[in-house]
Formats: sequence, C-alpha cells, structure tokens
Amino acid sequence: MNRAKVNQGNNLADYHDVWVIAEQNEGKIHPVTIELVGEGRKLADSLAKKLAVVVPGADAEDEARKLLHYNVDKVYYIKHPLLKDFSTEGYALSISELILEKQPEVVLLGATSIGRDIAPRIAGKVGTGLTADCTKLEVDGEDHKLLQTRPAFGGNLMATIVCPKNRPQMSTVRPGVMEKAAYHQEIHGKLEIFIPSLKEEEIRTVLIEKVKSDKKKVNLIDAKVIVSGGRGLKAPEGFALVRALAEKVNGEVGSSRACVDAGWIEHLHQVGQTGTTVRPDLYIACGISGAIQHLAGMSEAKYIVAINKDPNAPIFKVCDYGIVGDINEVIPAMIEAIDKNGSFEI
Amino acid sequence: MNFKLSDAHAMLQKVAREFAEKEVAPLAAELDLTGEFPRETFEKMAKCGFTGIGTPIEYGGSGADDLAKAVVVTEIARKCAATAATLSIHSIFPSVIMKFGTEEQKAKYLPLCADGGKLSAFALTEPNAGSDAGAVKTMAILEGDEYVLNGTKCFISGGGQAEYLIIFALTDPAKGLKGLSAIIVERGTPGFSIGKIEEKMGIRASETVELIFDNCRVPKENLVGKEGKGFNIAMTALDGARIGVAAQALGIAEEALDEAVKYMKERVQFGKPLTALQGLNWYIAEMATKVEAAKWMVYNAAFLKQSGQPFTKEAAMAKLYASETAMFVTNLSLQIHGGYGYMKDYPLERMLRDAKITEIYEGTSEIHKVVIARAVLG
Amino acid sequence: MKIIVCVKQVPDTNEVRINQETGTLIRDGVPSIINPDDKNAIEGALALKDIHGGHVTVLSMGPPQAKEALKEALAMGADEAVLLSDRAFAGSDTWATSTILAAAIEAIGGYDIIFCGRQAIDGDTAQVGPETAEFLNIPQVTYAKHIKAVGDRVQITRYTEYGDYVIEAKMPLLLTAIKELNEPRFPSVRGIFKAYSTDDVKVWTLDDLKIDMTQIGLKGSPTNVFRSFVPVKEKNSLIIEGQNGKEKAAALINKLTDLKLV
Repeated sequence: MNRAKVNQGNNLADYHDVWVIAEQNEGKIHPVTIELVGEGRKLADSLAKKLAVVVPGADAEDEARKLLHYNVDKVYYIKHPLLKDFSTEGYALSISELILEKQPEVVLLGATSIGRDIAPRIAGKVGTGLTADCTKLEVDGEDHKLLQTRPAFGGNLMATIVCPKNRPQMSTVRPGVMEKAAYHQEIHGKLEIFIPSLKEEEIRTVLIEKVKSDKKKVNLIDAKVIVSGGRGLKAPEGFALVRALAEKVNGEVGSSRACVDAGWIEHLHQVGQTGTTVRPDLYIACGISGAIQHLAGMSEAKYIVAINKDPNAPIFKVCDYGIVGDINEVIPAMIEAIDKNGSFEI
Repeated sequence: MNFKLSDAHAMLQKVAREFAEKEVAPLAAELDLTGEFPRETFEKMAKCGFTGIGTPIEYGGSGADDLAKAVVVTEIARKCAATAATLSIHSIFPSVIMKFGTEEQKAKYLPLCADGGKLSAFALTEPNAGSDAGAVKTMAILEGDEYVLNGTKCFISGGGQAEYLIIFALTDPAKGLKGLSAIIVERGTPGFSIGKIEEKMGIRASETVELIFDNCRVPKENLVGKEGKGFNIAMTALDGARIGVAAQALGIAEEALDEAVKYMKERVQFGKPLTALQGLNWYIAEMATKVEAAKWMVYNAAFLKQSGQPFTKEAAMAKLYASETAMFVTNLSLQIHGGYGYMKDYPLERMLRDAKITEIYEGTSEIHKVVIARAVLG
Repeated sequence: MKIIVCVKQVPDTNEVRINQETGTLIRDGVPSIINPDDKNAIEGALALKDIHGGHVTVLSMGPPQAKEALKEALAMGADEAVLLSDRAFAGSDTWATSTILAAAIEAIGGYDIIFCGRQAIDGDTAQVGPETAEFLNIPQVTYAKHIKAVGDRVQITRYTEYGDYVIEAKMPLLLTAIKELNEPRFPSVRGIFKAYSTDDVKVWTLDDLKIDMTQIGLKGSPTNVFRSFVPVKEKNSLIIEGQNGKEKAAALINKLTDLKLV
C-alpha cells in the first residue's frame, strides 16, 4: 500500500492556523477540548495565526456551534452519518482529509483514550510527527517551532520535543493540565461544515455496544477536593476511612498506584503518572509515601495535606500541611473535628 | 571459576523475586499473625514450577537443579520465611522418592508433588528423638501385606496439610537404628491423625503439628528403599534439606540488610541521614560481608550437590553460617530501625523471629558443628 | 491463530534515578524489565493460543541486551522470538519505530492478530501500536480489557472515559492491551531453562527488512528531543505538631477551615 511519508521537503510556510480536535460523546464536549481551546488561543496569538476547532460528528452541529463562544476563529464541523459513534478509522480518515486540505500548522488533541487512539493514525496518514501526552506547550521565539514538553521515565525527567521539518506539529495534551478557555457571550468566528469522503467499508470495526458503567462515576479531574489513600492504609479496608473523610469534605476518592496494583481499589481512582492528573483545591494524601509517579499527578493541587506514619516520607516535602501519625487515629479525629467546627457555626 | 549465576538462573531469580513481591509479600504479615497455612500461595508456586524443581521433566517436574532450588527459596524467604519453609520442606519428599523410590512410587507421587499442587512432608522427629535421631520409637510392623504403624511424631512442618508423608519408623525394633525404615503414609489413612498444632515463635504459617499413628495400616509397597535403610535415607535427605534451610536463612538476611540500608538512607536524625553515622555504617559493613559469604557458601553447597560431589560438610557449613548470619543481620537491622524496628508495622521483628528457627531445625547449630568437625578431623 | 506480540524492554522506572546535575538518567544498576502493558499483551496472546491453538511470535526492537526480554517471553510460553537490532535503528521516534516494526511484521507475514501493550513506561507515548497498525493498513482496537475470538472475528471490550465499548472486527487487526485485560502468568521454571538451553532468538538487522531508509533512525524521525530537564518542586511544608493524633487533626481542620477548604 502507499503509505504517507515524512521528510518530503514540504514548504513549512504553506501551513497555517492552530487546530484543536474536539472530543465529543453523544453530543457532549469533553472538558479537555475547552482546555485545549484555552491553550490553543495562546499559541495562535503568539504565532499570529488563527484558532480553529474541529468537531467530527453526525448530529453535533449545535454543540459545535457552541464552541464559537470560547474565542475561537473558526469551527470545522465534519459532518457524516458514519461519524455518529466513535470509530478509529472513521474519525482518523475524515480528520486527516481535512488536515490535508487545509494544512494547519499545529494540531492538538486531548490525551484521552480516544485522542491517543486516533492521533497516531492521523499523524500516520498525513505524514508528520506526534508528541504524546504533553503538559506544556510553548512557541520558540526564534523560528516559531512548537516546544512540546512532556514527562518521561515515570515523571523523573521532562523532555521538550520538537518536530522541525514536518507539518502540522501534532500533540496530544494531558487532560486537567491546561487552563480552560473562558465562555464569551459574543462570538466572532464562523462555523464551516465539511463533508468527508468517508465510505462505509473504510471502517473495519463495528461498535456492538456501549456499556454504561452503573458504578458511581469517579470524576477526579473536576473534583475540588480529593482524599487519596496509599500503601500506608495497610489493607483494602483502609479505604473505608478514606471514603468517610471524602464524604465529609464533599470530595472524591483517589488512590496511589500501589493500592490499585494490590487490587484494593479500581484503576479509575488512580492519581499519578499512569492514572489521572488532578488539580483540586485540596488534596489529602493518606498513607501515601509520595513516589515521583504519584507526585506527577497531583502536585498542581492548590493545597496538599499529607498524613503519614513515616516522618521521612517524601510526600512531606511537597505538602503544605503534614501530620506524622497513624491514619486510623488521625482520619477519625479529622472527621470529628469537622463535625465539631460545623456545629459551632450553628 | 566463574562466580556468576548462569543467565537462566539469573532469570529464575528475577522471576522468583517478582513472584515473591507480588504473591508472597502482601500476605506475610497477616500469615504471621494468624498462623494460617499459605495454601493458595503453594498452589501458585506449583503452577510456576517452583515445587517441581529437582524433579525430572519426565516425572512432571521442572527439571533444573539444586542451585535453582536455592535461588527460589532465597527469594521467597526474603518476603516470607514461612512460605519459603513450606516450599523447601515440601521438596524433601520428592527428592527422597526420586533417589530411593521404586518406579511405581515415582510414577505415582512425583507428578502430583512436582506441579500437581499436592503438598508433602517429612516426619523424623519425635518427642524423645530430636537431634538424636536414633531414639525413634514409632514402629511399623509388617503384618501380611501391610505395615502397621504405631507412635507419635512431633514438630512436623506442614504435616497437617500434606497429602503424602514420609515417616521414619522401626520395622525391626530389635535392631535399633539398623531397623529404621522409610514409609509413605497418605493423608486420610485410617489410624493416622493430627495431634497438637504448635504455637510457634516464628515461621508461624508453616503449620507445625504432631502426627499420631494408632494401628495405621499402609500397604507394604509404601516402603521406600529397603527395610533398615531408614537412617541412611533420612541423613541423605537432611543433607539436601540443609541447603534449603541455609537458603531460607540467606533470604531473611538479604532482606534484613536491604531494609537496613533503605532505612539508613531515609531516616534523618541530628539533621543528617543515618548513613552519616560511622558506628551504624560499620554495622552495615559487617552485615553485608556476612551476607556475601553466606550466599557463596549456599551456592557452593548446591553446586557440589548437583554435580554429584560430596557436599555433606559444605551443606552443614552453609546451614550453620547462613543461619547465624540471619540472626546477626536481623538483630542489627532491627537495632538500626530503633523503636520502629520493634513494632509490627515494620517487618524486622517478624524476620528476627523467623530467623531463629534456622539455627534449630533440620539439625541445630550444635549438631552441624558435630557434622563439620567430624568431616574436618576425619 | 497466528499472533505477533510487540514488546519493549524498559528500565524499571520505579527504580530510575536522575543525575540532578546533568539531568540525565542513571541507568547503572537499574533492572531492565518487559514493559508491563506488553506483558499483558503477551498473556493475552498466550491465552488466545491456549483456547484456539496457534503460534505466538514475540517481536522487539532494541540493543542486543533486549534478548533478555524475549527470552522471558519465550519462558512464558511464546513459540518464537525475533529481535530487530541495528545501529541504523538507533534514535528512532515513534514514527520510525512503527515503520521498522511494520516492516518486520510484513516480513514475518501471515498474521491474524498483532498485539501490543498500550504504552511503555519509559516513553508513555501509546503511539507505536496505532502507528504500526496504520502502516500495516489494518484496523486497531486500543485499550483492550477483554478479548474473545469467534471464527474469523475478534470481539473486544475497550475502555473509554465514557464507559466500555464492545467492538468487533475481522482479523487481521492490531490490539493494544491495558492492565485490566489479564494477570500475566509467571514464566515457569521449565520454560526458563528451555528458553536458555538453545539460542533461539532470531536477530534481524536492516538487511533482513524491506525498508525506506529516509523514514527510520535518528535522521528519519520527524520528532526529536530539543532538551530534557529534571522537574523541580519546592514547597514550604508545615508539619503540624501535637500531643496526639487527635490534637494534630483538630489543628489541621482549623487551618483548612480558615482557608475555606472544608
């Protein structure tokens, strides 16, 4: 087959605009899209280029139009009945078609399980480099290269990646890291509908079923308060205490990788390098030693509280407030103190 | 000379370490507390082929050699000495059958013990026959086609859980030691029951029990080797078992050393990590040196055994030295941990208790000195 | 069923340390392991083989030491191992790596399933699987947490942030495995000694592959590292003192209440 190639000596000056590929599910836009729009605006401004958002779907025009309220110059709505549900090939083919036609300079996708599925296929089809899971994007002052910074080796090292000779410069961006764009009542951009030349036989997978999780949804990304448990809980039962405290402070329950690996709690709760990156107002780490992989996912929290029996635990170096003590003693005492403080108010 | 594990042994070590971290370590503290036998872990060890090391592949075993066995027992012992003891003691039965058993016995028992997940045990000790194995009183008198067993065995590790046991009993009481024979008894045989379950100081999960034989009848085909060869078989088995105990001790010592090193780097006192204190550094130097020596003694004994050379002396030396090292290192490691070391939140107090048995079972340190002196003096 | 599993040997990132002055990795004494997600891929392939029969080939690209990872995969039960090792491959980014893997997979040929781990713990890109599928022009399902093969089709339960998707596709296809897919088996003792009794890891170089040199290695890679650095984090931490846990907890809650956090 004829596959795309890189390093074909294309003229870099032929490429314009910063694009954000929106992620939507059943008509609802994923929060990472708004984060990317916020970041994309900054990049577009420093490149003196326009910002466009791409929304693939079958019946998502209204949602696509709403994105114009986020200070966006253009929304491309890729409209096709075959794009009703997500499919790797349907999405990758039609987005690639638009990219090849319009030639953007920068393309950003959310580093979600969907974004990370299609981005490499898009890069493969249009013939360019791709940088995964970025946590920082900047424009190089000199030659307007996109500097794509991302953690490597479990967060032990940060690497800044460039894509000097090929366009567009593509990145997937870690959810929860960039600041969301603000909503504006007025709009100045336009919506353009693009009909891709997608054919049914080009999609070689069939979506049989979407399984709705009947479990309470864990939403760590948007949580204002997270109470997390680590190996120091000693046993799966330790999460009962963590849950109780989380309930008391209206927070979500998080976990270190160790507890997930031990099967004490589902992966959905995992905070850190291989889990979710969070930036709550308050992060309470209970019995978490503070391995770098964990810190990578929560150090952006506004306030960090650490409770650990081991006074030497690295978590105490990154916390705002620390308590050296036994979880089993401290957590119930915290709950009690909250109840007490609450009753004073009445 | 090449003081290096082969690539295959190094891989086995890595795999055993992963297994120990994933399957053994999370249970260790709990097993120590409850004394519950690690049945599920044993079955997982069977699946990996750990229980079949030393049994030839044609009998359903894993093949491999004594060094492989020592390496695995060491790695398991790092995380849980009781689980390692279970594995190590289990391996005595198949090794005896392999060396002394009939073709029928091999065909029947080896596959089940190798990777079939069936636990086996070895029963020599009696209330009045500890170090003095010659004082065994349990009798197995031939009546027709059956041996009739009467007597009591004590301190039998895994005896209450084992499917198959090898029992040392007098088939000809008049001949004393020369009338001692090895006989297989299967779990559930009428007249065979479990007596007292011991409450132990350490290796608490390795269920240690009393076995009671009251007119217990087993077919005469269950005799292993010839009548009267029991003492010889027992001593041969114990020679090999000593390497297993030495490997357990080595594992405990290695882990205790690692724990000490880790703690000294983390723990800050007087504004500096403990590694800044020379007095403690000297402890580490002594501990590390002894661990290194013990390791090579264990490997050497295993190597001699698998290459068919005499190894009684070296196995005894390895067992003596490794077990003393385990006590020395766990004690100092606990000391370095200070108050934390004395608490159950840290593994040191358990490891210290677990280490003690290695100086006692499968022959005390004192008996080992007798064996060594006899070998050296000729 | 013929399955090819792509695996990567990686440093155990739990044990990686950084030279703070040079900002480089200290790899000395850091154990190398099979990338964890790739182990799930191997197990996924072996489990399919256990049910349907077939042949499992493990494929890796890396320096000669990466043979170790392939030996371990053989010890787990894989039938065949191929290592792609050539100086010309060095410095490859995900594009170049996928190009090389795809060329090797074409050379092996006749496959039903290509299995990869979702991502490697050193790079965390999750790009090599999908790009390889793109270059092979086969469909893919990533984030696989359950797999069932029926006839010439595979049914996969795939994780998404919105709930699981059940997806079906005809073979050949590429799958990427996540941790939830399975519990990888330990290599058996027998498998380990068998893997080392013969030198049955095939080593392929550039000469063994049909490959466009402009798409591989450091020069062919569209992306490269501009700089790397050690993340810095400093904070003024206040350790709350008190006679006991109760006192400390009360003091903490007072502080958090003042900050309107609880």
